[in-house]
Amino acid sequence: METLDLTINGESVETRIEPGTTLQQLLHDTLGMTGTKEGCGAGLCGCCTVMVDGMAVKSCIVLALQVRGKSVQTIEGLAREEVLDPVQQAFIENGAIQCGYCSAGMIMSSKALLQENSLPSESQVRHALSGNLCRCTGYHKIVKSVLKVGEK
Amino acid sequence: MHTFKYLPANTVKDACDLLAQYGEEAKILGGGQSLMTLMKEGFVSPAYIIDIKCLSDLDYIRYDINDGLRIGALSTHRSVETSDVVKENFAMLAEMEHTLASVAVRNWGTVGGSLAHADPASDLAATLLALGAEVTLTRSAGDRVLSLDDFLIDYFETALQPDELLTEIRLPISSQGKGFYYKFAQRATDLAVVSVAVNLMPDPDKPKQCRDIRIAMGSVGPKALRSRRAEDLIKGQSITDALIEEAARASAEDAQPTTDINGSEEYKRELVHVLVTRSIKEAAGRAWTP
Repeated sequence: METLDLTINGESVETRIEPGTTLQQLLHDTLGMTGTKEGCGAGLCGCCTVMVDGMAVKSCIVLALQVRGKSVQTIEGLAREEVLDPVQQAFIENGAIQCGYCSAGMIMSSKALLQENSLPSESQVRHALSGNLCRCTGYHKIVKSVLKVGEK
Repeated sequence: MHTFKYLPANTVKDACDLLAQYGEEAKILGGGQSLMTLMKEGFVSPAYIIDIKCLSDLDYIRYDINDGLRIGALSTHRSVETSDVVKENFAMLAEMEHTLASVAVRNWGTVGGSLAHADPASDLAATLLALGAEVTLTRSAGDRVLSLDDFLIDYFETALQPDELLTEIRLPISSQGKGFYYKFAQRATDLAVVSVAVNLMPDPDKPKQCRDIRIAMGSVGPKALRSRRAEDLIKGQSITDALIEEAARASAEDAQPTTDINGSEEYKRELVHVLVTRSIKEAAGRAWTP
């Protein structure tokens, strides 16, 4: 077992894990933060997307020990008390959520994009979300939601 | 995942010492965007993992007008993609990085890790081959420098010895030219079915004449390949449609594709033909557009 200190959604966390634990397993299994999901487990579908020091990463292929001392933001950390993040709000208002399995990852990737580029074009949105797969929506309303946040 | 002994290394010296100590039983972990998937699926189970992700000494991109571009092995794909110095001086490299996997993978994965992994479909290897890259391999006793052509050996096999660490990639100034990277893939984020990287170095004195050219192909062999015959046809010549056609046909013959789920050998050769044609034309357009 190895000890790991990091910040998750602004809170200091200290934990002990097997070295082979991925960041997704740490969040979902060890800490019970089930918003960060495993879809493919191979870094392709994006369900596991979180932000580390403001950058989107595929947590299922990041070794948890590599984020020691860093700041991780998950879907659970977006809403401020009862107020949803603008990206979350836009997803709801624009019908971008069906089964919801891809949604956390989509929202985290969208958030990372908007932090870097507050008014992206449609092609920039689609490019930024190309690592997040959705089997339900056909992407149209997801892309529309992100563009709406930009416009606001 | 299997159980392993986790060994973080914060300096190049520490990493080399650990490699010397554990050799074949150890695997270097950079961003892990290739290795983690392999370990999770049980393809590799190293007893020791030497984590160099925090080795900030190797995270740099430096340009010198005489020396060229030096990229530390731990530079992420994203830092290369967004680097002004790369965009200005070796634009094809930044453009290729924009097509590699997805943003999240590029944020964590490293260029050194990608090259050391040596996937035959690697976008990075094909592009760097066209850019005349050299790599520095470091061990406790010192460094050696190899051309990328000599570094890449076979499917997932490189010239790295068990006690060596890839520390730097260098693009010489003599490789500066106008390039075009063409990736043919089914979907965004896929590995290339076939990719081509053309780097055209125009003759500064003779208009529309090519001083040198490098034509690299990815996913059509055990490693990224150059089409030497196509390069020899074009080197020193004026670029004409007829010459491009001849070179593209030679490239298609030089390629070593295998039939798989993405297409037959014949189909992939035809893709090489088409992609080389288009890429040379694009590169020429960039070189000689007024």
